[in-house]
Amino acid sequence: MRKAIGGALAASLLLLAAGCSGSDDDSGGTAGGGKVELTYWSWAPNMDKVVEGWNAGHPGIHVTVNKQDGGDPAVTKLLTAIKAGSGAPDVMQAEYQKIPTLVSADAIADIAADAGGLKAKFPDSAWNAVTLGSESVYGVPQDSGPMMFYYRADVFEKLSISPPATWDQYADAARKIHSANKKQYLGTFSANDPGWFAGLAQQAGASWWGVQGDSWTVTINDAATQKVAGYWGGLVQEGVIANTPMYTPDWNAALNDGTQVGWLSAVWAPGVLEGNAASTKGKWKVAALPQWDPAKPASGNWGGSATSVTTQSKHKKQAVEFITWLNTDPAALKALAGTANIYPAATEATSTALTAPPAFFAGQQDFYAIAAEAGKVTNPFTYGPNVNVAYSAYNDAFGKAAEAEQSAAFTAALGTMQTTTVSDMKTAGFKVAG
Amino acid sequence: MTTLPAVTPAAERSAVTTAADRPGRGRRRSGTPYAFLAPALVLFTAFLGAPVVYAGYLSLRRVKVSGLGLGRGSRVEQWAGLSNYTRVLTDSEFLPSVGRIALYGLIVVPLMLGGALLMALLIDAGRSRAGRFARTAIFLPYAVPAVIASLLWGFLYLPRISPISDVLNGAGLSAPNVFSSSWVLYAVANIAIWGGMGFNMIVLYTALRTIPGELSEAARIDGASDVQIALRIKIPVILPSLIMTFVFSLIATLQVFAEPMTLRPLANTISATWTPLMMVYRDAFIRNDIHAAAATSVVIAVATFALSFGFLKLVGSRAFRQED
Repeated sequence: MRKAIGGALAASLLLLAAGCSGSDDDSGGTAGGGKVELTYWSWAPNMDKVVEGWNAGHPGIHVTVNKQDGGDPAVTKLLTAIKAGSGAPDVMQAEYQKIPTLVSADAIADIAADAGGLKAKFPDSAWNAVTLGSESVYGVPQDSGPMMFYYRADVFEKLSISPPATWDQYADAARKIHSANKKQYLGTFSANDPGWFAGLAQQAGASWWGVQGDSWTVTINDAATQKVAGYWGGLVQEGVIANTPMYTPDWNAALNDGTQVGWLSAVWAPGVLEGNAASTKGKWKVAALPQWDPAKPASGNWGGSATSVTTQSKHKKQAVEFITWLNTDPAALKALAGTANIYPAATEATSTALTAPPAFFAGQQDFYAIAAEAGKVTNPFTYGPNVNVAYSAYNDAFGKAAEAEQSAAFTAALGTMQTTTVSDMKTAGFKVAG
Repeated sequence: MTTLPAVTPAAERSAVTTAADRPGRGRRRSGTPYAFLAPALVLFTAFLGAPVVYAGYLSLRRVKVSGLGLGRGSRVEQWAGLSNYTRVLTDSEFLPSVGRIALYGLIVVPLMLGGALLMALLIDAGRSRAGRFARTAIFLPYAVPAVIASLLWGFLYLPRISPISDVLNGAGLSAPNVFSSSWVLYAVANIAIWGGMGFNMIVLYTALRTIPGELSEAARIDGASDVQIALRIKIPVILPSLIMTFVFSLIATLQVFAEPMTLRPLANTISATWTPLMMVYRDAFIRNDIHAAAATSVVIAVATFALSFGFLKLVGSRAFRQED
């Protein structure tokens, strides 16, 4: 009898053990011969091929790339590993807007001692994003997404419109295009893409968070963002801009069949257009973003990420050595741009690594010159510790506004975003000024 | 008449094997049940009991941030009492999401069960080859995972790529935008009905098959029509199965998640807190606030428990009496 009980228990314990041993053992450890093993979480395509260049030249530090699904799932996984106390990689790709969240969760390490000297190699807006405007350094900028205006040159030519230099001209162009063909739109207001809207607000001079002494400031509902929200609300209310989200099968079809003839996007747009609107190849051109004040050209960022070292890494020094190489070495920059298809944040990348335009814009020789100019005039923007909350409030509040098609609803949505964000921070215990 | 001899040996056999006939074994039995129960109990405790208790524990905790909340030691976990619960219940998005699924349930449950019952009765009345094909065809959507089903329907709903709107436009009609605020609830409900009807139909059909043919024959001889047979004989007999499917549908309604979650990126009208379970997801994985998520989960679990058992208690005595 006792045997039977024992057997049953053993069987169930075995099952339990099988259930628990699912986590892969990828914490950095030294393999034989003093060789340091680093793991690197990234979702950039072909990053393993870029890293091969490092492994070939650095026999003492071996880096293994662990491909991730994308920015959000990687952060969720990392925070879980940090909470669990093990399982985090040594090096991690972190989107700029996630850095304060990760710092706040004590997930990424301050590497100011080893990487502080890299400041001069990056544009101020990128460096500001990894320092949060403080003395600490929470990563090395990898790529950035300066925003630009993409448009169907053939449609503009047919209606004899020139690419808009100001937002007023953009609105005029939108009206002209829509009145010439009721099915055609110059763009869409996407309630699904808070990063896109944040970039447009950044161009107008907004910086939604800030640090003032020992407390945070939240200025989502400031005059600059109000101006942007009111502008888009007006266009949607007028009906000259679509109100359906981007990145849906519907939107892809609209780009491909010429219903959407413009896109306010970032430097990485050619890859997206190539995938979604292959049949329009050769018809697109790029220009700088339309301006609020042409005398003071500005731009915003949509996307971009840094490479950070996690607090769980046992080899922080070697990890910093690797990410410094990855994001500043000319050979690595060339591989990042050519193989991983990203737009490196390092200032010198434009002159050394990005000489020919992307294939989808083969006809536009000055593609990267325009991008570099946009990167140079990108306004600084500080993200806060609960970007996720603000962004999800954006989805909901602006979703309602876009559905209502009322300009007043757009500016009211900003108010909702502001109160949701501030009250979340206060509930959590953050010190918030004002 | 012919069933009579079959009963006798069975009765004899059961008389032989009753415990009372085997004295002396009673004492040794004390440990045996536990040995056999142990694997199930251990697994239940490890994978259901412990997580439930842990969720309850988490719902009473909170993370307190101090100052800027940057760097080590700026976050401490502490007791929260019931503050997570008050936060959840007073959240301006919580009640609307509850109201939404209440309305959703009012659409889905009667249509799905009504349709399933009707089809089960039709197939049962026919019992032909066409019936067998219909049974498989109606059941098939249940085999499609909810996420895939939502993607399929999402493509059918989007006007520019939907063949349905192509046909309507071709006929000179303008297709309604099903993702607009007045239609979106039906759009989601439609997917649930499409996916769930087959399963419920099979459950009810199986129950119908257990009704002896003699009952219907006798009724028919007495002059009852097919409709009368269905209403007066078949439905009352399968009432317990109907109640079971109702409770399952009720629970599925309270837990609706995959369909709106999958459709969300396609529409402006589905918010992150469209259903209570989506609110749990938002709190846990978008806001990184597992404590609020745990509190909402507990609230949903309690509501599910109360509704299912309350309903069973309400109808149970009536529904199951005739089985005794």
